[in-house]
Amino acid sequence: MGDIRHEAGAGLPPLEVPDVMPPHAHGWWGRYVFSQDAKYIAIQYACTALAIGLVALVLSWLMRLQLGFPGIFDFITPEAYYQFITMHGMIMVIYLLTAIFLGGFGNYLIPLMVGARDMVFPFVNMLSYWIYLLAVLVLVASFFVPGGPTGAGWTLYPPQAILSGTPGGQQAGIVLMLVSLILFIIGFTMGGLNYVVTVLQARTRGMTMMRLPLTVWGIFTATVMALLAFPALFVASVMMLFDRVLGTSFFMPMLVEMGEKLSYGGGSPIAFQHLFWFFGHPEVYIVALPAFGIVSDLIAVHARKNIFGYRMMVWAIVIIGALSFVVWAHHMYVSGMHPWFGYFFATTTLIIAVPTAIKVYNWVLTLWRGDIHLTLPMLFALAFIVTFVNGGLTGLFLGNVVVDVPLSDTMFVVAHFHMVMGVAPIMVIFGAIYHWYPKITGRMLNEAMGQIHFWVTFLGAYAIFFPMHYVGLVGVPRRYYELGEPAFISTPVGGLNAFISVAALIVGAAQILFLFNLGWSLRHGRESGPNPWRATTLEWQTPQTPPRHGNWGESLPLVYRWAYDYSVPGAAADFIAQNDPVTIRPAGEQP
Amino acid sequence: MIIALVLALIVVASVTFHLLSPWWWTPIASNWDYIDSTLIITFWITGVVFAAVVLFMAYCVFRFHHREGRKADFNPENRRLEIVLTVATGVGVAAMLLPGLFVWKQFVTVPDHATEVEVVGQQWLWNFRLPGKDGRLATSDPQWMGPDNPLGINPHDPTGADDLIIEGGELYLPVNRPVKMLLRSVDVLHDFYVPEFRAKMDMVPGMITYFWFEPTRTGEFEILCAELCGTGHAFMRGYVQVVEQEEYDAWLQEQLSFAEYAGAASQPERPTRLAEGE
Repeated sequence: MGDIRHEAGAGLPPLEVPDVMPPHAHGWWGRYVFSQDAKYIAIQYACTALAIGLVALVLSWLMRLQLGFPGIFDFITPEAYYQFITMHGMIMVIYLLTAIFLGGFGNYLIPLMVGARDMVFPFVNMLSYWIYLLAVLVLVASFFVPGGPTGAGWTLYPPQAILSGTPGGQQAGIVLMLVSLILFIIGFTMGGLNYVVTVLQARTRGMTMMRLPLTVWGIFTATVMALLAFPALFVASVMMLFDRVLGTSFFMPMLVEMGEKLSYGGGSPIAFQHLFWFFGHPEVYIVALPAFGIVSDLIAVHARKNIFGYRMMVWAIVIIGALSFVVWAHHMYVSGMHPWFGYFFATTTLIIAVPTAIKVYNWVLTLWRGDIHLTLPMLFALAFIVTFVNGGLTGLFLGNVVVDVPLSDTMFVVAHFHMVMGVAPIMVIFGAIYHWYPKITGRMLNEAMGQIHFWVTFLGAYAIFFPMHYVGLVGVPRRYYELGEPAFISTPVGGLNAFISVAALIVGAAQILFLFNLGWSLRHGRESGPNPWRATTLEWQTPQTPPRHGNWGESLPLVYRWAYDYSVPGAAADFIAQNDPVTIRPAGEQP
Repeated sequence: MIIALVLALIVVASVTFHLLSPWWWTPIASNWDYIDSTLIITFWITGVVFAAVVLFMAYCVFRFHHREGRKADFNPENRRLEIVLTVATGVGVAAMLLPGLFVWKQFVTVPDHATEVEVVGQQWLWNFRLPGKDGRLATSDPQWMGPDNPLGINPHDPTGADDLIIEGGELYLPVNRPVKMLLRSVDVLHDFYVPEFRAKMDMVPGMITYFWFEPTRTGEFEILCAELCGTGHAFMRGYVQVVEQEEYDAWLQEQLSFAEYAGAASQPERPTRLAEGE
């Protein structure tokens, strides 16, 4: 136990490369628009992601209107309904969650937390954002083309994704979707290389890998995974684009559509599914690992206690990242792939529960004998644990191949993945925004609005997705425009669906209050000072708040200790900053 | 402090909802009650873990929330505790996985005496094919599809002439006889899903997938498509009638064989969507 504390005051390694201030931009455009400062790029990423996220929110309202009150809203046709669910899913997973965690928090926090002046390739970093923006604009454009956006489901399974029975399949919708994904991946790769190289090469003196805050470990590992996983989606998108536009047959077997023989032949729809999920499952953890890392830091700071089992937490992140590449086909148990795959993928999938459970234990054990400040970031962290544990446990149903058979393609799956990779990471995003907003703007977010936002969002989201599991258990399939009243349903689910829809409308409205708070507090928020939460990590130790270009003024910070020296016995305050050279004697040794 | 109470209430409400709500799976009509049992085991294990973790959290928040003068412990690691928790988790996971894999073995092992039934999906209706007296289904391929051959049966395959063709969504099955469902699609992905049978499987153009089950009670069961297949997805319904053997045999007598079907196709009034094809 003592070995980590003994690090304090240990000798620092010499400077390996000279400290160079990145060139300052001249003029308004260079500083605020085509900025190469990671902090501005982060804000650009986050604002774009939240803006397109608002579109996804409205789409979720519309689809819930149809599910809760079928037949009432004439403008929601089957075509429109499938377009809503497709675009909602795609926007949330890729354009909001991935972009805000890596492009937003990654850009803002990595350089500050590792003690760097900026990302190592600032120009490429800027390009990353602009290509992301272009990808978003192409996506938005698909709402305005004839036929509208694709309605193929966010998984875009061929052959239906590019055939006429699916909205946008034989029109521009699917083409724009694929082009947008390709652009997104190009943009992400530029940013992702930056994050990885910055963490590996630009850490300040004394910042060893095992002194990194878990936020950086989470984002770093997720980025490495994304760099390995997105290429699978990239080739799948390119091949499907060829199938659609050039008439190739990568994923298209010979088929007869509406009585008409098409000219395709020899391709495999299942090959697409393997490529998609080879990306798609790591993608779950690309979203989850940054959330894991950030929530660890939120809990430690606001419980005034070191994160429990730091080394185990780091290894759990790395092991989860590695294992997540060998579980993809658990999305395909009933896809028609060889049934023997089921043994392998069920086993790997359930094994991944072990390191994940360790992380949960360590979060709640960090609370044990803590000094828990019930701030908004802490409340959201607690909400994360509840929803993540709930959603993670239902993953054990779906991962266990034979249990998945009756549940797959039902609303149970929808409830599960919303709880585990929708609600839970979004709780972390909110907690993180309440936590770091003071550093980004110099002002606190309004507490009263924040409390309303928290309670409505947490309880509302739970009220939406917990009962939804039971809709699926009854047997209601997902992606159903209209179920009717089939005989297998003994207790009608209509009332439950209406309840869920009303909850969804209310939770959505609370997010508008949150967005208002973001703007309102910019001018009217209480001034925060440099370190309102009395946190140890480097981003709170900058000479100015908000940090200026170059982050650290004259000289880089030097790091003497890990990120979790909270409530150290014998220390004057209940935290010791990472760049504080004070030496605390090991436990038991008298002064 | 309210949050501690709310966390505890979430556990109470979730457990109460689970035990008392009327929404539960539909009564089973196949041999796969092992799947239901595995699901129940999983519910118990995960339910206990959920309640334990969230109640522990609630207690921590209640007991250790900030008060004037309170100071947190400094406690970086506890190797013994971490190992105990890891092993306990491993045991819990194994307790769910092992029965699951055991049942999966049964699920993928088709009994030798199972009769074969072919389901052919197309946007957005169900067709079926049963072997004739020879007990064998002929090979098939979309390239053979035409007005007098709606399922694409290979006309050069001698076993095909007696295959029975059932167009338009109602399949009869004899009760208590294992059946291997051979699944095929001529256009996009579909999924043959009857909630009462528990089993389901995607239908993929270009390949033949399968699953097996044994209907255990008579009745009418609705077929739903469980894999998004376009705008008509939710309306792609059919029925399985599980009947006693005699009734099944009588129904079989009424069905047209491929040979009869090809003859009947020359009469123009026969309704088929495929007739518009070529």
